[in-house]
Amino acid sequence: MSSSTPFPSGSIARVTGRGVAVRGDDIDTDRIIPARFLKCVTFEALGPAVFADDRAELKPNHPFDRAEHQGAQVLVVNRNFGCGSSREHAPQALMRWGIRAVVGESFAEIFYGNCLALGIPCLSAEHTAALALQAAIEADPALELQIDLQLLQASTPAGTTWPLSLAAGPRQMLSTGQWDGTGQLLANDRELLATVQRLPYLQAFAPAG
Amino acid sequence: MSSGTLYDKVWDLHRVAELPGGSTQLFIGLHLIHEVTSPQAFAALRDLGLGVRHPERTVATVDHIVPTTSQARPFADPLAEEMLATLEANCAEHGITLHGLGSGRQGIVHVIAPELGLTQPGMTVACGDSHTSTHGAFGAIAFGIGTSQVRDVLASQSLAMGKLKVRRIWVDGQLQRGVYAKDLILHVIRTLGVKGGVGYAYEFAGPAIEALSMEERMTLCNMAIEGGARCGYVNPDQTTFAYLEGRPMAPAAEAWPSAVAWWSALATGAEAVFDDEVRFDATVVAPTVTWGITPGQGIGVDETVPTLEATEPNERPLAAEAYRYMDLQPGTAIAGTPVDVCFIGSCTNGRLSDLQAAAAVARGRQVAPGIKAFVVPGSEQVAAAAEAEGLDQIFTAAGFEWREPGCSMCLAMNPDRLEGRQISASSSNRNFKGRQGSATGRTLLMSPAMVAAAAIAGRVTDVRTLLKA
Ligand code: SF4
Repeated sequence: MSSSTPFPSGSIARVTGRGVAVRGDDIDTDRIIPARFLKCVTFEALGPAVFADDRAELKPNHPFDRAEHQGAQVLVVNRNFGCGSSREHAPQALMRWGIRAVVGESFAEIFYGNCLALGIPCLSAEHTAALALQAAIEADPALELQIDLQLLQASTPAGTTWPLSLAAGPRQMLSTGQWDGTGQLLANDRELLATVQRLPYLQAFAPAG
Repeated sequence: MSSGTLYDKVWDLHRVAELPGGSTQLFIGLHLIHEVTSPQAFAALRDLGLGVRHPERTVATVDHIVPTTSQARPFADPLAEEMLATLEANCAEHGITLHGLGSGRQGIVHVIAPELGLTQPGMTVACGDSHTSTHGAFGAIAFGIGTSQVRDVLASQSLAMGKLKVRRIWVDGQLQRGVYAKDLILHVIRTLGVKGGVGYAYEFAGPAIEALSMEERMTLCNMAIEGGARCGYVNPDQTTFAYLEGRPMAPAAEAWPSAVAWWSALATGAEAVFDDEVRFDATVVAPTVTWGITPGQGIGVDETVPTLEATEPNERPLAAEAYRYMDLQPGTAIAGTPVDVCFIGSCTNGRLSDLQAAAAVARGRQVAPGIKAFVVPGSEQVAAAAEAEGLDQIFTAAGFEWREPGCSMCLAMNPDRLEGRQISASSSNRNFKGRQGSATGRTLLMSPAMVAAAAIAGRVTDVRTLLKA
């Protein structure tokens, strides 16, 4: 299925929605979106292909295929999620399937940055908290989770909470709506020019002066 | 916190500004693009009404989707053709140099930038491809980026980055005969784990590293990312300068001595401080083969597939999954594992010295019956140099196919792929499930010489036994 929720925009202070748990460490981006789906010049059609090979292997029992998880927005994973290839197709596929926040024990750096650039927060949870969250989602797929970027916690309507963490920088970028950073980079033109002038390899290695 | 390392110096020199949110705006000295991760970035640029800030600092080639049999246009695969046509149109529109098929300079992006002299010490290098870490071999700070960041570099020639910690990987001794840089990096990743380098830049140093050729250093840095490190580098030295001198885009004439002086001054000094250091002994590294589904699941060719009990508790679920997927039994020797397909190529091991090492094994021997073995040079220049030495003849006489340059079965976005449960001996860098084009296909990573040995024997074989003969 494809997402019916609008893509992230503006300030992101919390994400509320049902959860879906994908268990396992070191889930690489080849598994999130196999290479054959990279043959495209737009990201538009990637949503249905997310986890394609894992889903085919577990058919019809992969969490992304189960009826009760359709429309879920919070993905809960374990360690080193998104390792491997730098392909932004991976977070794009997750986003287009409907995911709006990822909670996990740890994330690969490029994947984390790619998610941030799309306005999808990746929050860290301790091992036991991640497992408890996954168990809660599996026990009650209809559970509405609230992922709060200010309080740094996941919570249920019944009041169960799990602590999360998110570095100050990304947190500020998301909450101020400045996670889509091209504008910021373009604002420092004078400083950019000064950098160009002090780098010898951009000055044909001419002696300074 | 590290100080005085090459990483620290290059970082400071390229720092444009501090950004709200705590990251640093870093100037990118060299931006490399290819057909897979750039089209969406150009489209985003168009949507924002932006142009390319420094088109002369971006260089393009086509590698991932090109067929390695016939490269005649249009490609048989219409999607592949559309991707290349889109790249061509984007480069033409923005005035970006494209080293296309038949130009004599086309090839895998991480092979051509060094051989053209584009990659130089002290640069920041970015590319929408995780193996950009390769360029660190020159003492550049080079890292893979996502498509949104490709858009940012096109628009602003800079990126928002956080500074990494620096770990020195010090390697004493020398690699033994039949043991290559590929074995060394598989050994490092096996020891430190695929997550061991997360948050770090790896500085490779020590006598064993200094003795490596530039091509070997590229193999080493190429796979730093497989150990979790965003980038890896080797300090520039005489080996680096000798490689660069006379390359088409390298500084020449009166610029050369000032370039060498600047590059030399960037190297990590004796007073440098690292966040962490790990020491290795090169003499104990054996030809290394992966048995599992991550590059960290590697063992010496003379070892057995580790048992669950011998595996660290938190690595056990992955090991169990690997036994199932690979259909390899814990406790059995990896040597002797039958293979179906043998692939020599990729940005890890598709350079001239890799092909020379494999040809030395293949010379005068025959690929075992029923084995599909093929060699894909990393670039048109590598192909030409190999053909000039007659390596193509050695390979074809031995029963290998000799192909056109590209990424090929490293990730199988072109017609070169595993079928069904086939198992490959591969000189590439990733053994992830499904990586080589079949959702159930299996990959054993090893050095190109070991792949050649596997092709000859039809099974995983210690290449040292063939080199002695
Ligand atoms: S050879 Fe493989 S790893 Fe290298 S750039 Fe091509 S696909 Fe990526």
